[in-house]
Amino acid sequence: MPELSVNVHKLLLKNPVMSASGTFGYGPEFDDFIDVNRLGGILTKACTSKNRDGNRYPRMAETPSGMLNSVGLQNKGVDYFINTIYPKIEHYNTHIIVNVSDSTVEGYMEVAEKLNSLEKVTGIELNISCPNVKEGGMAFGTSCPMAASVTKSVRSVYDKTMIVKLSPNVTNIAEIAKAVEDEGADSVSVINTLLGMAIDAEKRKPVLSTITGGLSGPAIKPIALRMVWQVSKAVNIPVIGLGGISNATDAIEFLLAGATAIQVGTANFVDPQVCIKIIDGIEAYCTRHGIKDVKELIGALEC
Amino acid sequence: MKKFIHDFVVTRNHHITDDYFAIYLKCPVSLPGILPGQFAEVLVSNSTTTYLRRPFSIYDADYEKNELSLLIKKVGDGTAALSKLIEGDVLNLVYPLGNSFSMPSGKKALLVGGGVGIAPMLMLAKLLHSKGYKPDVLIGGRTADDIIEPEKYEPYGKVFITTDDGSAGEKGMVTQHSLFAEDIKTYSAIYACGPDPMMKAVGRIAATHDIPCEISLENTMACGIGACLCCVVETIEGNKTTCMEGPVFDTRMLK
Repeated sequence: MPELSVNVHKLLLKNPVMSASGTFGYGPEFDDFIDVNRLGGILTKACTSKNRDGNRYPRMAETPSGMLNSVGLQNKGVDYFINTIYPKIEHYNTHIIVNVSDSTVEGYMEVAEKLNSLEKVTGIELNISCPNVKEGGMAFGTSCPMAASVTKSVRSVYDKTMIVKLSPNVTNIAEIAKAVEDEGADSVSVINTLLGMAIDAEKRKPVLSTITGGLSGPAIKPIALRMVWQVSKAVNIPVIGLGGISNATDAIEFLLAGATAIQVGTANFVDPQVCIKIIDGIEAYCTRHGIKDVKELIGALEC
Repeated sequence: MKKFIHDFVVTRNHHITDDYFAIYLKCPVSLPGILPGQFAEVLVSNSTTTYLRRPFSIYDADYEKNELSLLIKKVGDGTAALSKLIEGDVLNLVYPLGNSFSMPSGKKALLVGGGVGIAPMLMLAKLLHSKGYKPDVLIGGRTADDIIEPEKYEPYGKVFITTDDGSAGEKGMVTQHSLFAEDIKTYSAIYACGPDPMMKAVGRIAATHDIPCEISLENTMACGIGACLCCVVETIEGNKTTCMEGPVFDTRMLK
């Protein structure tokens, strides 16, 4: 049996496979289909300081090998998460990492501070890369000073593992990664969705109510892979790779490019059992190649 | 209700007209209970341009044959690919998803289906009939070709038809049918599924007469299990997911 565990900062993951924020609910949504405890971790739906209704319908457009979404961080706020959702998920025997977003630095800090005391929330993922909100979100993640500022502020109130989720909608993602590393990020998730657009030619109208939205799915995998490779060479903290991962081979490619762990996103919509298939597939790959420890694959790309 | 993911085997792909077909699918295990209005998310693996699953109302469930069926209209690449499935092909379903209709307070109920929107009304008509209610089924379409298998409803209630061009039944839209004149007050519930403007029109008339009205929405969705929040509908209680809190909604709840 190959060793599948990996370390993301202080978090010992039983395997490198986690669910991506916004594609897995909070976990219970998938209980009928898989044993959620088998995952390396769950990244929850984004959590903000106050209730957010999100954007108007339509919020989704299917595109070649992927989809656009403009959900807009719909959630009931951090207090609802703590009082109502957390009690339903704290039994999971896996890392619960809450995706944190807001429209102000103070909002990010409020959410992070409140989550700090939850025993089973072992880390947060700062979402400075959501392309679907007017204020905050991606605005924080597309400039080095802004990304550094929000990272520094949240670091000052949060003790546990803090991952920063980066936006691909930038000229040089490695610079942003270095900026958040310098301000205390323990890890970076690479990448969030790419800003895109879909048009209904018959109606001459945009498909999404917000006109633009975030592109995800296999269509973005080559871009994500390239960015993981660039970022992992630029920083010393662990990189979590995501973007279009749909099977174990995709996951292995991200590890080879330099990711310590990976997240599975849009593929959960197509196959609610895909995370388990990826875990089993990584193990089979290791066995087939005589790899005793999956960590041997991290950054093992031979150029 | 517990949800499942299963590989079904196609036992028959019945091409009803050029545009409509019904796929009959055998369940690999004992078919779980399915309520009227519930739907399945179907993996369309034989279309390279169809990435996400497609949601379809469950048309019928046959527990003796261990089969369920889906009534589908050819619209795009995904439905065209599904129309090509033949006996023995495998189709992966995530099901049964969503809620169901509530029972009427009195005996008489009116079921309204527009085009392929008639799909959830068959199981509803059966259930109402089995519980001693008297369902009337009103089927509307653009032309006679859009009136799909009206004979299926006859064992469970009276069937009425409208077409926009008058090629079958009364001419006009469903809401112009004579049932919506004087008789409408005799119904204690109205159920509708079809194009949005049709459902809105039915809902308005129901509201005028203070008759409870439930409609089944067809919002586009990705996951079908409440994870992505793409399929939301605005209600007086805030956004609700069509896939989990719907697809059936009381029209008085909708904005």
